Amino acid sequence: MAVDYKALKDGGFMRQKQKNHFSLRLKVVGGNLSAEQFAVIAEISKKYGKGYVHLTSRQGVEIPFIRLEDVEKVKAELASGGVDTGVCGPRVRTVTACQGSAVCPSGCIDTTALARAVSERYFGRTLPHKFKFGITGCANNCLKAEENDLGIKGGYLVEWIPAACTLCGVCAKACREGALEQTDTEIHLDREKCTNCGRCVKACPFDAWRGEPGYLVSFGGTFGNLIAKGRQVLPVIREEQTLFRVADAALDYFDRHAKPGERFRVALERCGWEDFMKEMEAAYRGGDSD
Amino acid sequence: MAEIRIDAAVDITDVVCPVTFVKAKVALEELDDRQILSIRLKDGEPVQNVPRSMKEEGHQVLRLTDNGDGTFTLLVRKAE
Ligand code: SF4
Ligand code: SF4
Ligand code: SF4
Repeated sequence: MAVDYKALKDGGFMRQKQKNHFSLRLKVVGGNLSAEQFAVIAEISKKYGKGYVHLTSRQGVEIPFIRLEDVEKVKAELASGGVDTGVCGPRVRTVTACQGSAVCPSGCIDTTALARAVSERYFGRTLPHKFKFGITGCANNCLKAEENDLGIKGGYLVEWIPAACTLCGVCAKACREGALEQTDTEIHLDREKCTNCGRCVKACPFDAWRGEPGYLVSFGGTFGNLIAKGRQVLPVIREEQTLFRVADAALDYFDRHAKPGERFRVALERCGWEDFMKEMEAAYRGGDSD
Repeated sequence: MAEIRIDAAVDITDVVCPVTFVKAKVALEELDDRQILSIRLKDGEPVQNVPRSMKEEGHQVLRLTDNGDGTFTLLVRKAE
């Protein structure tokens, strides 16, 4: 029987240059794997591969040198050890994330939990071309949100609380954007300059800044043959529900408008951003969602 | 603003991040709980980061003053 390379690839088995060997892509969500999963992966790589793994640029793990005749066994052993295989081809790929607010002092959102939710909802969904989600916890952008088809960046919507402020001067210096100016009586916030980084909130010794977490979403980023930065076309999103409404709408738009094999960014450029922005704004407002 | 009684002072304008924070921390360790340390630090990265690091360590930042010569003075009360 002929080998169905496409089916294998769709299921994460990447054909190697060495005949009948595959580099097996595993499913990783938000860059986290448990110690138990690592042990299983180590075992499989020794038993069926060459005793090493390759870490991809997008927090993925691949086990190279899996032989064709072992594919089914490897799948079964991984599954029973709690490790899922990844995907390739025209679909939603590994959802990447930094450690976010659960671990990182700078984090504004729980990226790990969000990556799980995003992955659960979209991972593996077939689309006209590959589609990448990346989630970063704050403006430091360790996870490089804008290089993804859909990037999510955590931020704080900040508000100064005059009654708690001692005019100690810390926040105005902590802000890297020059958005804060201290006078004799107040801290003036220039919202035009504010990037929602949250540094004022994190630095204030007197809790005189309120920071409400939110999501800054960018669309159409890509960092392969074509390099383009994702664009933020919406205001900061406050609710996770709204975030998913917007993401649903973006994927639907991609599905409806892109030609087969056309990347999200290319489709956006071809169709024009205005139309897309209108749909995103409608989704943001909650108008005609499903 | 009421006068604050300073118990000790340290100058960290002669070192760069992250040693700035380390030097300030060492100086704080010499103090008793609730005593106040005056830290002289440079504009730029030190003044952006050291006050926040102090807060994250649980100390109470009291005031940051611009000395007008490219340096700042940070007053910190040691955590109990
Ligand atoms: S992006 Fe922000 S939250 Fe995420 S790891 Fe970097 S500093 Fe921490
Ligand atoms: S959130 Fe960031 S950019 Fe905005 S005022 Fe605070 S420190 Fe400045
Ligand atoms: S850091 Fe807090 S207390 Fe100090 S000036 Fe800013 S808002 Fe006021």
